[in-house]
Amino acid sequence: MANKTVNMVEALNMALAGEMERDSNVVILGEDVGVDGGVFRVTAGLYGKFGPERVMDTPLAESGIVGMAIGMAAFGLVPVAEIQFMGFLYPAFDQLISNASRIRARSRGRYGCPMVVRTPYGGGIKAIELHSESAEAAFCHIPGLKVVVPSSPYTAKGLLAAAVRDPDPVLFLEPTRLYRLIKEEVPEEPFTIPLGKARLVKEGRNATLISWGSMLQKTIKAAEAYDVDVIDLMTLSPYDEDAVLASVKKTGRAVIIQEAPRNCGFASEVAAGIAEKAILSLKAPVIRVAGYDVVLPFPKLEDFYIPNQRRITDAIEEVLKY
Amino acid sequence: MPEYNAGTFEVKRLDILDSHGNSDRALMPSLGEPEIKEIYRRLVLARAFDQRVLALQREGRMGTYASILGQEASQVASAYAAGNGARVFPSYRETGTLIALGYPLYMLFQYWSGDERGMKVPEGMNVFPICISVSSHVPHAVGAAMAARIKKEPVPSVAYFGDGATSKGDFHEGANMAGAFNLPVVLICQNNQWAISLPRSRQSAAATLAQKAIAYGFDGIQVDGNDVFAVYTAVKRALDKARNGKGPTLIECFTYRLSDHTTADNASRYRSADEVERWKKLDPLARLGKFMEKENMMPSGYAEEAARQATAEVDEGFKKYEEAGPPSPEDMFRNTFKTPAAGQMKQLGSFSGGK
Ligand SMILES: Cc1ncc(C[n+]2csc(CCOP(=O)(O)OP(=O)(O)O)c2C)c(N)n1
Ligand SMILES: [Mg+2]
Repeated sequence: MANKTVNMVEALNMALAGEMERDSNVVILGEDVGVDGGVFRVTAGLYGKFGPERVMDTPLAESGIVGMAIGMAAFGLVPVAEIQFMGFLYPAFDQLISNASRIRARSRGRYGCPMVVRTPYGGGIKAIELHSESAEAAFCHIPGLKVVVPSSPYTAKGLLAAAVRDPDPVLFLEPTRLYRLIKEEVPEEPFTIPLGKARLVKEGRNATLISWGSMLQKTIKAAEAYDVDVIDLMTLSPYDEDAVLASVKKTGRAVIIQEAPRNCGFASEVAAGIAEKAILSLKAPVIRVAGYDVVLPFPKLEDFYIPNQRRITDAIEEVLKY
Repeated sequence: MPEYNAGTFEVKRLDILDSHGNSDRALMPSLGEPEIKEIYRRLVLARAFDQRVLALQREGRMGTYASILGQEASQVASAYAAGNGARVFPSYRETGTLIALGYPLYMLFQYWSGDERGMKVPEGMNVFPICISVSSHVPHAVGAAMAARIKKEPVPSVAYFGDGATSKGDFHEGANMAGAFNLPVVLICQNNQWAISLPRSRQSAAATLAQKAIAYGFDGIQVDGNDVFAVYTAVKRALDKARNGKGPTLIECFTYRLSDHTTADNASRYRSADEVERWKKLDPLARLGKFMEKENMMPSGYAEEAARQATAEVDEGFKKYEEAGPPSPEDMFRNTFKTPAAGQMKQLGSFSGGK
């Protein structure tokens, strides 16, 4: 099987093309996804290849896009909706929490909602307000909605294919900062990475670093100087608690790194799981490295907000003191 | 039972100044020469500022920016009609509106360079901060109008948004509320023919955007958005109507976005150069200039002098922006709440300030 060296945008594009070829029910809809190929070019070329019926430029209406996707999903299609930025997913929050996540439960299994909502997420791109949100925890709190975050081109391609094939609604968060930051070899043929499973990126003995998305890349850099496990959660909901617990039981120390504000972030969920099920293995307090509990500042102060390598290193040093 | 006509509706369109600078005398608003010159001066200033931000953005000294090139008449003439006696609710593409209302240029430079101190609207200005989430500010304008009514303040609301915004629920919910409560609201839709890559024809099957008002029980009017007199007249009428308790109005300014959507966009991917060229001929500033020449309001050297003055004002604003320096990192802990929470204070305490 041939490989291709690509960035995350290209990897996502390959995944979409592959899934659309595999299953004629897969359709794309969203703002500027067709003729323009998407503001980040993730759907570039797909309109030309699959036509306007399968790659739909919609009016500007996020709640309408997600709501329409629910109807399409319930009646035989597999819609992949693009929301231009995570900050514009909020108008569609209602459709996700009130409907997409509950169609299966509400109909006692008669209807399902096999759809994907893709959206760029996170900061570090020097954008104006509402273009750098990392509100994953708000969505992880919704039972019935899966939340997936790739951290590299390879994981992006495999996870997106798996999300498209999943029988339930999946929110697919694409770290904007990573779109073009790294290139890596990715198989040209379609493949999937199972949802709900974490990946051990680096193996070590003294601590467990847990992260996802764009912070994972910083965590890997910070981890270079240490003998530690690094776990990429990849799916946040439902997350791979077993992988976390197995590692923490081995190392006895845990640091969880997220870009989002600290209060009720996803790191808190992971920390709570460790406290409940691995506290007797702990040699040090669990530390969360997170954004501050403030409205994400504009670009001039963004770098002071987003956790940097130094803050991750400080946390590693702190747990290693014990 | 026979079928009968349950309602008949019409949508008016207003044009006063054509692209050659000829005006319809019967429709001309009562603006004297000094006022017309003032509108011209503000158009020139808005354009000078816009072009400067674009140039600075290309040098990497400003962030992503949404140009107003081509839309200056819609923005400046409407703001001139509204003045400080109305509450203005802008989107991200209202630089011309803000400048015409007297918003300090150095603060606009701050905003577009990613420094939020630029949105601390100066006391005395009736402007709400720029709203990025398309159309979500429409209900705010409606709420402000309700507050004005209850508090007996004679201050109508003016909300600005684009053609794309009329597809959003917030626009419809806000418009319906405005109609249902008969509130003093002016909704200004700048139909610049594009919402990023989506042309107006694919945004809505409706023949005009103005007609959306009909469904909510109030008037909608389409005006030539590149004609300062048509825009001024429609907004003035709508404000008078609002102040007289006659309720909301939707004004569709039929205009054109001559630039890319933002500096991050490349419009050549989805629209033809021919179309852009056609609209360039309808330029709002050139049109007003021609009118002023014909009316002998444009002595030789006047246009050059206005341009020179605008450049000087923009230079001055940029200098002031540079002198203000960057914001302090601790700034981000302020204004989340009026009184910071204990947890935030702890975070500020452990904040080392370094990157
Ligand atoms: C709720 C929401 N969705 C998407 C966006 C991204 N976006 C920014 S501007 C824009 C198009 C807006 O078009 P229009 O309303 O016509 O205004 P224009 O930009 O043409 O002035 C889009 C989709 C946004 N800012 N807010
Ligand atoms: Mg538009």
